Amino acid sequence: MSSFAAGAPPPVIPDFGGPPGGKEGCIAKNGTFCTDWVKEHWDDILQPRLLEHLEMTAIAVGVGFAIAFAAALFAHRRGWFEAPFGTFSAFLYTIPSLALFQLLVPFTGLTLLTIEIGLVGYTLLILFRNVLVGLRAVPAEVLEAARGMGLTGRQVLLRVELPLALPAISAGIRTAVVTTISLATVAAYITPLGLGQPIFYGLQTDFTTEFVATGALAVSLAIVADALLVVAQRALTPWARARRHA
Amino acid sequence: MPSAGSSDSAAAEIVFRNVTKRYAGGRAAAVNDLSLVVPAGEICVLVGPSGGGKTTAMKMVNRLIEINEGDITIDGQSVRSLDVIELRRRIGYVIQHVGLFPHMSVAANISTVPKLLGWPKDRTRARVRELLELVGLDPAHDGERYPSQLSGGQQQRVGLARAMAADPAVMLMDEPFGALDPITRERLQDEFLRLHREIRKTVIFVTHDIDEAIKMGDRIAILREGGVLAQYDTPDAILASPADDFVARFVGADRSLKRLALKRLSEVELLAAPNGDTSRFVSVPASTTLRDALSLMLEEGRRELAVVDEGRVCGLCSFEQVAALSAPEPERET
Repeated sequence: MSSFAAGAPPPVIPDFGGPPGGKEGCIAKNGTFCTDWVKEHWDDILQPRLLEHLEMTAIAVGVGFAIAFAAALFAHRRGWFEAPFGTFSAFLYTIPSLALFQLLVPFTGLTLLTIEIGLVGYTLLILFRNVLVGLRAVPAEVLEAARGMGLTGRQVLLRVELPLALPAISAGIRTAVVTTISLATVAAYITPLGLGQPIFYGLQTDFTTEFVATGALAVSLAIVADALLVVAQRALTPWARARRHA
Repeated sequence: MPSAGSSDSAAAEIVFRNVTKRYAGGRAAAVNDLSLVVPAGEICVLVGPSGGGKTTAMKMVNRLIEINEGDITIDGQSVRSLDVIELRRRIGYVIQHVGLFPHMSVAANISTVPKLLGWPKDRTRARVRELLELVGLDPAHDGERYPSQLSGGQQQRVGLARAMAADPAVMLMDEPFGALDPITRERLQDEFLRLHREIRKTVIFVTHDIDEAIKMGDRIAILREGGVLAQYDTPDAILASPADDFVARFVGADRSLKRLALKRLSEVELLAAPNGDTSRFVSVPASTTLRDALSLMLEEGRRELAVVDEGRVCGLCSFEQVAALSAPEPERET
């Protein structure tokens, strides 16, 4: 017995030097959060997924905004359109996200398109309502003055109504962006894209760092995006904060 | 009328010819067969109870409301024959709640129409400075402020400046001072009258307040319910001889006093003081209205006042004179 112990056999799995931090490091011992793992996998996991996530969100909010904006402008001019489009977008909003993605798979497959259709659907209600509310909040006397001064319908829209609706519109965009960032993690259920992918993967293993780090990244992305939008809105609407300093 | 884009301060005559407006669904007319002539450079006040169609009549001039029958001409040109956008850019428009663009600075608000007309930048900038000064604001500081940073009175000054920006021959004013407190209102009324003496635009001014109408109007058109013109004349003529009971009630039982408020002692032929001695009389400045002079007589228990102009007494005004001037003109009585 002892002779066997003395001449230890070579390990079945070759030693590649162990995980970063060595055999006694955080990764090998599966600590709650390993900075070493984050450093090691920033380039091959976290950063690419983060960029994918950003792209998915940008496409969803961009397309969603284009549709909702056009619909809201139309509803602003023709009031009858508000109810049908409002109901439609509210209906989309109520479908559970996993179910919606699953429903789309037979038509559009396990693709980015499936995900984007779902994500766009969820932005419509928020964006449509906010654009319309913003346009409707323009004071009647401002519109009367604009028309009385000889602005054409188009000039009233571009120079008066839209600038004044900007705070409401940007509030809608902020909500849509934050919701979409959160919702887009579910998309990894369909196709391995975005921050959802390492989260799903991490949940299936005992190793906690992967999904903690990715989750934190998703939350940070939402916070940073929201803050940037606030800054942008303030820069675009200096008048909204101007008050009498008498 | 000048072509759009040119600046001229020549006023234009406005003529309403048998103008009728019926709103869709309403059986009664809002304005019924209205005919009147507003001479160039005068202020015509449309006044009457609500439902008299005064705002409707005014808004048909810049076609915010379309005419059903009849026509309105500005300097002989029918408003219906003009492009509606071009027409509105040539007419200054002031409304009660001002309607300044909250997202634009005061200067940007005022330059709205010049910009639409394609004025060069430096001409617009110079015009904004000139207008801010004209309406009593500070061109150096107030131009960069936002409307929310101004008081109600300042906002309406900007509203006036904005309406006058492209030097329109015609101005429409819909209860422009209605939302202001009494002191600010009176100051703006006085300033507008002073301004009007300089710029002589043709103004159509809507109000429901007969006192404001008497003060502001060169002529007053009193409209009654159903948009019927009850009387159109100078304030003095309307007060002296109201056309009917409706007008008499509308101008008020104190119309003789209101009429006295229109005349100043400087316009009265004064009596010579007996023996040239005026020391025992209470003296008043010549710019005093007859109404205030009468009030003073009652207050002091005097039947005569000494009228003072530039420091020297120019004569006496008696109670009998005032009473005679307030009496209805017999030839106009019907």
